[in-house]
Amino acid sequence: MRTPIAYFVVLSGVLFTLGTLGVLLRKNALLIFMSVELQLNAVNLALVAFSRMHLALDGQVLAFFSMVVAAAEVVVGLAIIVAVYRRRGTVDVDEARGLAG
Amino acid sequence: MPLDNVVFWVFAPISVASAVGMLLMRNAVHAALFLVVNFFCLAVFFLILDAPFLFAVQIIVYAGAIMVLFLFVIMLLGVDRGDDLRERLVAQRPLALALAAGFVIEIALAVRTGIGFATKAPAGFEAVNDPGNAQAVAKVLFRDYFLPFEVTSVLLIIAAIATMVLGQRKARAVTQAELEAIETTGP
Amino acid sequence: MDEISVRIGGSGLLWIVPALPLASAFLDLLLGRRLGKLAGLVASATVGLSFVMSTYLVFQLLDVASPEGRLVNQHLFDWISVGRFTVGADLRLDVLSATMILVVTGVGFLIHVYAIGYMQGDPRYGRFFAYLNLFVFFMLLLVLADNYLVLYVGWEGVGLCSYLLIGFWFEKTENASAAKKAFVTTRIGDTAMLIGLALIVREFGTLDFGTVLDAPGETITKGVATAIALLLFAGAIGKSAQVPLHVWLPDAMAGPTPVSALIHAATMVTAGVYLVVRSAPLFELSGVALTVVLIVGLVTALFAATCALAQDDIKRVLAYSTVSQLGFMFMAAGMRFYTGAMFMLVAHAFYKALMFLGAGSVMHGMHEETDLQRMGGLLRRMPITGWTFVVGALALAGIWPLAGFFAKDQILEIANHTGRTWIYLLGTLGALLSALYIGRLVFLAFFGSPRSEEAEHAHESPTVMTIPLVVLAAGAVLAGLLFSTSAEGTLARVLEPVTGPVPHGEGLSTLALSAIATAIALGALAVAWWVYASGRVEWLTLRERLQPLPRAARNGWYVDHAYSTLFVNPGTAAARFTANVFDTKVVDGLVNGIGAGTRRLASAVRLVQTGFVRSYALAFFLGAVGVLVWLGTRL
Repeated sequence: MRTPIAYFVVLSGVLFTLGTLGVLLRKNALLIFMSVELQLNAVNLALVAFSRMHLALDGQVLAFFSMVVAAAEVVVGLAIIVAVYRRRGTVDVDEARGLAG
Repeated sequence: MPLDNVVFWVFAPISVASAVGMLLMRNAVHAALFLVVNFFCLAVFFLILDAPFLFAVQIIVYAGAIMVLFLFVIMLLGVDRGDDLRERLVAQRPLALALAAGFVIEIALAVRTGIGFATKAPAGFEAVNDPGNAQAVAKVLFRDYFLPFEVTSVLLIIAAIATMVLGQRKARAVTQAELEAIETTGP
Repeated sequence: MDEISVRIGGSGLLWIVPALPLASAFLDLLLGRRLGKLAGLVASATVGLSFVMSTYLVFQLLDVASPEGRLVNQHLFDWISVGRFTVGADLRLDVLSATMILVVTGVGFLIHVYAIGYMQGDPRYGRFFAYLNLFVFFMLLLVLADNYLVLYVGWEGVGLCSYLLIGFWFEKTENASAAKKAFVTTRIGDTAMLIGLALIVREFGTLDFGTVLDAPGETITKGVATAIALLLFAGAIGKSAQVPLHVWLPDAMAGPTPVSALIHAATMVTAGVYLVVRSAPLFELSGVALTVVLIVGLVTALFAATCALAQDDIKRVLAYSTVSQLGFMFMAAGMRFYTGAMFMLVAHAFYKALMFLGAGSVMHGMHEETDLQRMGGLLRRMPITGWTFVVGALALAGIWPLAGFFAKDQILEIANHTGRTWIYLLGTLGALLSALYIGRLVFLAFFGSPRSEEAEHAHESPTVMTIPLVVLAAGAVLAGLLFSTSAEGTLARVLEPVTGPVPHGEGLSTLALSAIATAIALGALAVAWWVYASGRVEWLTLRERLQPLPRAARNGWYVDHAYSTLFVNPGTAAARFTANVFDTKVVDGLVNGIGAGTRRLASAVRLVQTGFVRSYALAFFLGAVGVLVWLGTRL
């Protein structure tokens, strides 16, 4: 493969940044959650890229674990969002302002 | 073969574009679908980085399970109607964009200092992936990372239980009147 | 010469003398209301017991054959022990302190008895006797002290009791003001005295009388001695109401009359004289200090005598008289005639206390009237009071053979014999004025015809008040004869180990001087009779014609006014400024400002907590980027 590894890492950075922007700029809780998933995936990409560079499989295993945990997290997170929706009737995070000073 | 180079330069823009699309979509379902496209691109990247196992897992787990869950919940809650894209927090957008730009530049600089933009992937990864990527990963996973593996399985069980608890609706206490009503009217 | 303390019979009991009044004071303070009338009896009995104990101890002391050996020290406990500086709670009984304790307890006892009658019916009867006893305790502590610090404790204690007692009827504001004035004025002297004490510590390393007063010339220079002596004398000026700190004594007459008698005639004001005589070895080292004492005494004697001549309030005449007589005592001390000062102290205690108690008796019989212009003809209506008062007056005027004659005559004789002609002449003038003002007082109050309703219906006081008058009168008569102070006299011989020999010199013969003094005194009394009692002179018109001098004298030559303008008014203004401007604006402003500022800051910072999760997320991101930048620069 002739693509320099750095390109993959930079791409991973860009995707991570886009995910962060999603977390900061969207109001829908589900969309924020999806942005977090994007972040996690970007990191997975970086891990695998470095694994390739170092000629070891640890990065891939780590990416694997990340996926598993992300799956568990999504399940719980969605359950929470549903519970919150049942209580408040909205998934707008801006509505959760109870701790304002 | 310069094929993998081409693959990279085709799918990289697609992945970035789909990420941006996800960000900008007002409809939540549309955004979810864009994210699925992004995951597929990433799966392809895993493939060209000599990680076919992860390529498969990415598609099956992420695109196949997680995003499906997302879509279920979106449609269940009916929040696909449309998000108000007006920003009400002062300076949130400009500041976030500025910081994001700075962040990307930092990453690039860090990479350049660290490994340099010219380093190519070293040869010899076939030796690592000796019998096949899945077997090699399995060997590492069940030997060196056995404990995390077991812990992760416990984690999954806990997540399942937690979700069940969180998803419960509280049962209303049955009143005396209701009990009598049931008895008089018969089973 | 080292001091050798002897053991005499009962010397271990020295501490009982001051302890008894202290115990009784506490008893009366705590149980005064329950004791009721008994409080007065308990208080008087305690002082009486102290007197008996003092007499016993003094006789034991005098039994010691050698004059130098008449010294008893009692160390009660270690009080201060810091490094090499130690001060013990030490008592000392020598001939000087023996004289004082006899006067304090003796006269004190009589005044307590008198007060049983005088203060009858007062709602705070028990408290009065508690304060009176407390005063006796502190005074005894003062004179029995064996070091300057215990003396200072007694000094301050009597000042405190004086304040409490002057302002005893504090419901009237002027009484409370008078008490405050007394306390503050003496404070000025006390502060100087404290500096003197500090100097003593610095030079001698100790405050014990034994060390400091035993040949101090070997330890300190003349200059230092002058400084110490003058500072101690400053304290005496305050406490003994000499010019310029005399202003509190006339106003102190606001207190009950027994207080005036005890504190402001017989004992507290004499503490200054005691201090100077006790510190004689220090004063001897400095001719300057002695001269200052002499001049201050002389000026005070004359100044106060003129003021006494112009007062219409019976107690104020006596107050200024006390100031004047104390001036005479300091004159004696200034001429190194310490025995003379001490004898005059004793004599004055008798006749002045007598006259104050007599004045109280007059006030009692005239429903608290003190204006001389409303009295008259009281001799017939209050015979015991009247005649004992006359005895006291004659003693003050210096008529032979009463005590005052010996006291004043000896002092003037020493002045003459030591070649101090001006002192002699001015002192004689002072004696003349003394006879004049006391004559005026007696003739206006007791002779002539009554000039008001109260004088018309005046009645004699109860026995409990008149008996002390008689006893004091006897003392005024006999003291001179018994303790004549010529160089061969008993008191001089007794006091010599402590005070040194009586100075002598050449001059007019004793007989001549006595004759001159008696003639002047009788002449002054005759003039007083002519002007005030014979009815042949309209003295009120005479006074009018001499204005503004009598008015100035009446107002103490406007010294009080001067102090008011120079010190009191600026002080009050400063206090008012501090309270109203500085305190409210600056201090309160600062404190409240801090509170307000904190509140404003909090209100501003509060806005950070928007409640929006996304803002918080942005803050995280900001921090993360910041950390990365920082890490980047470190690469």
